[in-house]
Amino acid sequence: MSKRRLDKTTSLASAIRECVHDGDQVAMGLCLESLIPFAARHEFVRQGKKALTLIGPISDILFDELIGAGCVQRVIAAWVGNVGAGMGYNFRRAVERGIPRPLLLQEHSNFTITLALKAAALGVPFLPTRTGAGGDIIKNQEGFGVVVCPFTGVQLTAVKAVVPDVTILHVQRADMFGNAHVWGNLGVAVEAAYAAERVILTCEEIVDREVVAADPNRTLIPGILVDAVVHEPLGAHPSPVQGFWKRDDAYFLGYHEHSRGREDFLAWLKEWVLDLPDREAYCAKLGIQQVGTLRITEKRLPVGEVNYGC
Amino acid sequence: MSETLATREIMIAAAAREIHDGEVVFVGMRLPLVAFAVAKELHAPAAVGIFENGVIRDRRPLSPIVTMGDPPNIAGATACNGLIDVMALLQRGRIDLGFIGGAEVDRFGNLNTNWTPEIRLPGSGGAADIASFARRTVIIMTHEPRRFRERVQYLTSAGHGTGKGWRQSVGLSGGGPSKVVTSLGVFSFDDSGDMILTSLHPGITEEEVQANTGWILRSAPTVTETRTPTTEELALIRQFDTLG
Repeated sequence: MSKRRLDKTTSLASAIRECVHDGDQVAMGLCLESLIPFAARHEFVRQGKKALTLIGPISDILFDELIGAGCVQRVIAAWVGNVGAGMGYNFRRAVERGIPRPLLLQEHSNFTITLALKAAALGVPFLPTRTGAGGDIIKNQEGFGVVVCPFTGVQLTAVKAVVPDVTILHVQRADMFGNAHVWGNLGVAVEAAYAAERVILTCEEIVDREVVAADPNRTLIPGILVDAVVHEPLGAHPSPVQGFWKRDDAYFLGYHEHSRGREDFLAWLKEWVLDLPDREAYCAKLGIQQVGTLRITEKRLPVGEVNYGC
Repeated sequence: MSETLATREIMIAAAAREIHDGEVVFVGMRLPLVAFAVAKELHAPAAVGIFENGVIRDRRPLSPIVTMGDPPNIAGATACNGLIDVMALLQRGRIDLGFIGGAEVDRFGNLNTNWTPEIRLPGSGGAADIASFARRTVIIMTHEPRRFRERVQYLTSAGHGTGKGWRQSVGLSGGGPSKVVTSLGVFSFDDSGDMILTSLHPGITEEEVQANTGWILRSAPTVTETRTPTTEELALIRQFDTLG
């Protein structure tokens, strides 16, 4: 796959197979609680990806699941858990007891992980900040250093750039070139796309290039950054997608219960991931009724015109 | 829904009252999401909420939410940007108030959400950043001996450090914690940065608070009873509290 192709549409399985390799640094879950690319995570598990480094601010249960599935060797993050329920049991098992394998951690705050990705996006080795001074996150870690301002002499924390091998984003719509329209809260999605060597988009809709070009301010991810575009409706379930899907709160709470014990988690993983060949089978398992409950039917459109007239 | 007053509801009302009209508030997760909705509807109509996912809104969510990323918190927002934009507001000193919590708090209002020797906790999220830069922070905690320690075992989010002058000495521009709302009472900080008891929730005694606190706690000259939610506050709390 390449950024220079015209038509970048492909299947999720081939996008993950070709763009994500064992040992890669993968950024995902970048909008915080919404637009989390859960479909891609299931494909990681099915393809048996190993020794991944996961990068993201707050991943909700995405990172916890991948850790429990044994795909992860290291996490660079500000928070790992289950936003609606608290702790992530797989994360705890891995850090506290090395189950299923030991996990290396690079601690961040939301701001510092943002600066690490922004530095990579800008092509500089670090960015300075005042955050976290006097605290333990910025101490004794490979991700932080000290820098003295050449203009004022003030001492600041240097946040080292983090360059993802791959950034995976779920978006509302994209054209076949990978130009993506995204709306709602953005988290660090844009920084992570600009920072990464490769970008995979999963999207609710693939649209004609004219749909994108009609509203270029909404194109937050330009196609020149993108390697693969995958049409994957509901690909962020159970996280919400503005204008498409509500958050499936019950699924997150169910996961909390099913991941409490290792055996229960493995049964859950078999039922919801390994026994399902693809996202279509996953949606069928969720059931028409549940999918219908989550679907957003309300229309809430911009009122004032945006006139790009020339 | 319980007709009796839950501790959680007293805490939300107390947190809501910390939001003053016209303030720019970094809202945070869980209880503060509800506190912001209550304050906006009642006493702080001009307050603006900042959410770390990049959302800025000047009205409550359109319907009850579990996370700040839920669609009713996006629809009707005044702006949806990125994390770097709201962190810029923080670091630039434009946030009046931030809500934070943790697994452990100490006498100077420092918080731990990363590690204890036994438990790996979820981590900072945006808490360390809010604690660094908000003009003042309000800490919300369950009050238990293992959580209220003489000294936190890992310093995720800076309070008053080791006391008066510490924040300036390490280069933190925000004012640090002004209040702590717990399941037993409300606390503030004296000039040395030390936590003091200011009000007790109904039915709670100073002895109970001390028994659940890991250091010798001092009290304000007058310790009052925490004001319970008004009928209006309670109705809104029960409408918006999806996790209670």
